[in-house]
Amino acid sequence: MTSIDTGGNPPQNNPQPQALSTEPRWKRQPFANHWRSHAEDFDACKIGMWLFLTTEVLLFAGIFVAYAVFRMWYPEAFANGSHHLDVHWGALNTVILLISSFTVAASIRNAQLNQQGLLKINLSITLFCALLFMIIKFTFEYAPKWAEGKRPGVWFSYPFAADPNEHIWWSLYYSATGIHALHVLIGAAVLFVILLKSFKGWYGPKHYTGIEVAGLYWHLVDVIWIFLFPLLYLIH
Amino acid sequence: MSTIDTHNAGQHAHHEGSYLTPHGGALATIWNWATTIDHKKIGVMYLFAIMFMFFLGGVAALGVRAELWEPTRVVTQVVEGETVTSYTGQVLVNLAPIVPGVESEGGISAGMNIYNRAFSLHGIIMTFMVIVPSVPASLGNFFLPLMLGAKDVAFPRLNLMSWYIYVFGSIFAVAAVVMGGVDTGWTFYTPYSTMTDADHLRVVFVILAAFILGFSSILTGLNFIVTVHKLRAPGMGWFDMPLFVWAMYATAIIQVLATPVIGITLLLLIFERVFHVGIFDPRMGGDPVLYQHFFWFYSHPVVYVMIIPAFGIINEIIPVHARKKLFGYRAMAFATLGIAAVSFLVWGHHMFTASGELAAMIFSALTFLVAIPTAIKVFNWVATLYKGSIAFNTPMLYALSFLFMFTIGGLTGLPLATLATDLHLHDSYFVVAHFHYVMMGGTIIAFVGGIHHWWPKMFGKLYNERWAIIGCVLVFIGFNLTFFTQFILGTRGMPRRYASYPDEFQFLHQLSTIGSWILGIGFLIHLGVFVHSLVAGRKAPENPWGGLSLEWETESPPIEHNFHHEPIVKHGPYDFDTVQPPHTDPAEFPMPEPLRPGERTH
Repeated sequence: MTSIDTGGNPPQNNPQPQALSTEPRWKRQPFANHWRSHAEDFDACKIGMWLFLTTEVLLFAGIFVAYAVFRMWYPEAFANGSHHLDVHWGALNTVILLISSFTVAASIRNAQLNQQGLLKINLSITLFCALLFMIIKFTFEYAPKWAEGKRPGVWFSYPFAADPNEHIWWSLYYSATGIHALHVLIGAAVLFVILLKSFKGWYGPKHYTGIEVAGLYWHLVDVIWIFLFPLLYLIH
Repeated sequence: MSTIDTHNAGQHAHHEGSYLTPHGGALATIWNWATTIDHKKIGVMYLFAIMFMFFLGGVAALGVRAELWEPTRVVTQVVEGETVTSYTGQVLVNLAPIVPGVESEGGISAGMNIYNRAFSLHGIIMTFMVIVPSVPASLGNFFLPLMLGAKDVAFPRLNLMSWYIYVFGSIFAVAAVVMGGVDTGWTFYTPYSTMTDADHLRVVFVILAAFILGFSSILTGLNFIVTVHKLRAPGMGWFDMPLFVWAMYATAIIQVLATPVIGITLLLLIFERVFHVGIFDPRMGGDPVLYQHFFWFYSHPVVYVMIIPAFGIINEIIPVHARKKLFGYRAMAFATLGIAAVSFLVWGHHMFTASGELAAMIFSALTFLVAIPTAIKVFNWVATLYKGSIAFNTPMLYALSFLFMFTIGGLTGLPLATLATDLHLHDSYFVVAHFHYVMMGGTIIAFVGGIHHWWPKMFGKLYNERWAIIGCVLVFIGFNLTFFTQFILGTRGMPRRYASYPDEFQFLHQLSTIGSWILGIGFLIHLGVFVHSLVAGRKAPENPWGGLSLEWETESPPIEHNFHHEPIVKHGPYDFDTVQPPHTDPAEFPMPEPLRPGERTH
């Protein structure tokens, strides 16, 4: 208590936009006035995002627990249901998400090094991957299965089901992948806003909070899929 | 608020007005409040929204108690064409439905239907819209940054967003009530929540409301954790923080870790109800007990989201109004964290009769662990009062009521945690009385005490002490009359949630109902005191109680940027034995006399 702790971040002066109007946007970006420095603002945003990711993990934890319980109850139904999923499409989507995770990480590095062109390219590739993921999901996975009657709960009408409880498997399949797909869409929407802002020059060395936290979110979307893929497609 | 303000607003801040200073005309002021990112204004908006919802929930509770005045009004059965009571077989003539024109459905009279909806409404509003957000979102938002010496919470815009989410979610819930209400109970147990009112969307609306309110809770918690980590004033280490801040921190951790689980639970419940996916439906191979596990995995920890902030308030009220250094600061801080940790391990005690024997034994044992940190707290509060210079004003009276009623609430939890006695007491009025003693006798009482404690700081006006004390005494008497009778009813076998009961319970039920009226009058008096204070209250000094934490160093009401200069912390929040409180007259708030050789305060 005797030493004054300022968290290692001495107070800085906030940039004044008028004085710097010739500078790129990211250099003019002020930090909110309740912070002592830009670094503090950045740290706080990162902690906040990590906490938010914790909540996302716990959200999916509910799905995973339901999966575990029903897998224990109806191992046959789960094994049969799993056979109906096409591992190739699942694996392709896994690769697509991994690539997108790499490009979003690369875009953060681009911002740090002030490579404005590469930054936009990498963000665009990420968005394209998200789009590809959703197209594969809906056209090649959901649509044919729905048409065959492999549907959740009361909608289940697949005539060749080997186990009476197979609709539970499909309920969980659609719930888990559906909620994950929703997260892909939200992540893509956030990254789209980031891309628009990058065209206006919002990001540069030491000023890349937006990309950093959006990137963290995108990695989480990827990580959830990394768990869903083996649970749904690979375990028989 | 200008975003290009320099860090230290001290140079030009001396002319800065209070945060309540209107900006321009009425419309401009409303717009200013609706778009504010000032944590103080958001806290005040939360306070009024929560008070309004408390009023709605309270009216529903009064309705429930009014219905229980008579033993056999509504639960009836038809035997050979005549309506008789279920218990005595007595023939009822002229059985008028409570609301004329509503037809009986399938043997359940309209009145009973309304009764079920009233208690569901009461439970849903009071838990999700009042108690969970009560202290953190209103007093926490206002005072957490002030106590830390910060200008705002870490993410001010997120804070405003969480208020709008709260209002949006509450509108959903109120809409469902206007459409006819739900009779699922506040727990949304399946199959009630998946099968009742099948032709209506209102159950979905209420579930959606709880889901949306969860987001508000998560965002507030997330904001507070980062604020505590990053925005402490220079010189304030973790163990120099006021314990209210510790309480907010522990609460926030639970909010962040538990709320997402109710999110997925309610989402799956909506899937179940709307799309009939079957995972909670035993007819389709699903498991209703899984729903209960999910629900209580959130809803037990959230019990501590409700009570830990109350501990925080009591930690502030007792040392300040007893002019005494808090006994056992570190023990308090660690007990708070301990309760938060144990809270995640005891959800199974809500389902003793629905789970296996071994699981029930383990959960029972874990539940007893909660008593240890809680008892540490109660003993520390009592030790703080010992030899203190106690001022019997409204905040202190509320703190003493809290100690009395929370202790009863806590101790009656023990027979419920014991498997053998729980078999007799579960789902009875004993449980109802127990959790009302904790939730209302604990949280709401501390909340009201905290509002009085900080009212002069929040609005810069003093309240009428005499009328506030009258209100407090009425609340105390009314509360105990309402709920102590329910302990007795419960031990005699009165089950919860029933609209009807055998005649021999009538006397106690009527006492309980009379208590609820006294309670209502007490709260109305408080409302009058608050309105009077806002309209005609005397101006409050900076530090009316002689408090030592940082919020008392600034003006009443605080200026827009909270402090003229960034405060530097040089003493602990409870060092009443060594530090003269800021802005106080030593004649009015004298320092304690030095101890004689060999004398001890504790």
